[in-house]
Amino acid sequence: MKYVAGIDIGSTQAKGIIMDEHSEIVGKAILDMETNMGTAAQRVFERVLANANLSYSDIAFTVATGYGRYRVTFGDLQVTEISCHARGALAEFPNTRTVLDIGGQDTKAIRIGDSGEVTDFAMNDKCAAGTGRFLGAASFALEMPLSDLGPLALKSTRPVKITTTCTVFAETEIIGHLAKGHLPEDVLMGMHHSIATRCASLVRRVGMAPDVTFSGGVSRNVAMVALLEDVLGTPLNVSSQSQFMGAIGAGLYALDNLQAAKRSQTAYATGSK
Amino acid sequence: MILSVGIDIGSTYTKAVMMDDTKQVRATAIRRSGYKPASAAVAVYDDLVRNAGVTKENVTYIATSGYGRYMVPFRHTQITELTCHALAMAYHFPNVRTILDIGGQDIKAIRIDERGRVRAFRLNDKCAAGTGAFLEKTARYLGLTTGDIGPYALRSTMPVEVSSVCAVFAESEVINHLSTGIPPEDIMQGAIIALAGRAVQLMKRVGLEADYALAGGMTQNQAMVDAIATKLGSPLNLPPQGLGQLNGAFGAALLGMRRAEKLLAEGHSIPAPGGEHTLEISANATRRWSMYVPASIIYEDSTKSLVKGTPLKVIPSKQNERYFDNSK
Repeated sequence: MKYVAGIDIGSTQAKGIIMDEHSEIVGKAILDMETNMGTAAQRVFERVLANANLSYSDIAFTVATGYGRYRVTFGDLQVTEISCHARGALAEFPNTRTVLDIGGQDTKAIRIGDSGEVTDFAMNDKCAAGTGRFLGAASFALEMPLSDLGPLALKSTRPVKITTTCTVFAETEIIGHLAKGHLPEDVLMGMHHSIATRCASLVRRVGMAPDVTFSGGVSRNVAMVALLEDVLGTPLNVSSQSQFMGAIGAGLYALDNLQAAKRSQTAYATGSK
Repeated sequence: MILSVGIDIGSTYTKAVMMDDTKQVRATAIRRSGYKPASAAVAVYDDLVRNAGVTKENVTYIATSGYGRYMVPFRHTQITELTCHALAMAYHFPNVRTILDIGGQDIKAIRIDERGRVRAFRLNDKCAAGTGAFLEKTARYLGLTTGDIGPYALRSTMPVEVSSVCAVFAESEVINHLSTGIPPEDIMQGAIIALAGRAVQLMKRVGLEADYALAGGMTQNQAMVDAIATKLGSPLNLPPQGLGQLNGAFGAALLGMRRAEKLLAEGHSIPAPGGEHTLEISANATRRWSMYVPASIIYEDSTKSLVKGTPLKVIPSKQNERYFDNSK
């Protein structure tokens, strides 16, 4: 049995996937990014190998993706995150024609054609608002972990509109609202709504066609999913492995290369093209 | 003796100036605005009166400015920051035609004519990256205080480029630079140069015309002043006597003084505070965190320039109004 690895070095988290030659996932690992991207890549690779109970020599091909993909010194190939996210989404939801990926520090909207090719994409990686960082600011201001934000926001009955479009100013605004006596869940829902609106405009820029798949760390936030479905007016596919979508796509690209290598080996052995 | 008070309630600091009828500044006061601008205004006014060694009964006229200008019930009138800054700068420097005001959470470029009237204006209050908040954040990431910013930057020998256009993403950049051994002073100076670049970009959008002047807290930061002057290729006038950060309050006090003098000269008495010159907030006022204005007052969309005398349009946000309930 041959194995391949997909490594996605994001701005906030590093993800690793190992799959076998039948594209079954046999190992997963995720860790928070550190300053040194090369070290982070190494560490996530070691973690996923441990998780799969394999060693470095068992991996036939490794594809790296994400913002830190060129820092993956042990990678055989680098593929853009746009391609990997599209591939990963299609693998789990074959009817995907639009992908919305909200990461820690960037947000991407990807349009996919009927043959699985990327036809358009739009990305925000310049402004923290509309990315996971905006929720990070809420987490900081409310002094609660990220995982608590979604469930709390869903309890809101009177959401407060967040008028600022800037993450830095939003921190002040949240504290101001809380000081005036607004409930945390109402302020939080307002924050979620701001992100949903910004991401919706990104999606509209590439044109939205069903099915729409929502990936990235923020897709694990139940309030975000509910709100985006409302704002976009369409149900969303959300994978239980949504954070790994890029890494899975990278793994599939690695498999392509494995199969190509196999075919050329066979060709060599039989003397045919 | 007429005593005129100007109070500028900004997003980050509340400033006050008291002047007499010889236009001499009798006292100043400044506090952080916090989350309750009305309370900050009251506290600053108390400080000011105490600093001047007078009582509140001695004060003839109070004019307010800044984003919290409607929040002061004991004022005689409120004046826009534009008018205050323009008036103050024209008073100090009759040849100034372009004013830059870098606030804690906004940045303004103002063109004025030879009579101190506003001809054009550009404002950014949407994005922290072009404002004082960018330097404050960078200082935090470096483990410094606001007061350290200037002194550290002045020690810089090889400023490093800070390319992020986002104050939040600058954090990763700062951490990366620190981890490769770049000294904090070079990073701080890099951030200052980046901000100076954005400031001059904003000024270009109102048109660059010498002479130039700087208002706001940045006037105390020599590294910032130098960086802007370098980008402009021209010196920057700074209000005298350390009044740079108080420029808006000074302008408000000056305008208040002129109004008081005019009323008295025409034989009227000064109306009571909260009287006919003032506007009150109606119950259903449109409220943005950064600008508390009555619904009846129309204000600017920050992408359009203002020529004085042109009415401004309110752009109400109907989008998803059904979600929200801001009443408190």
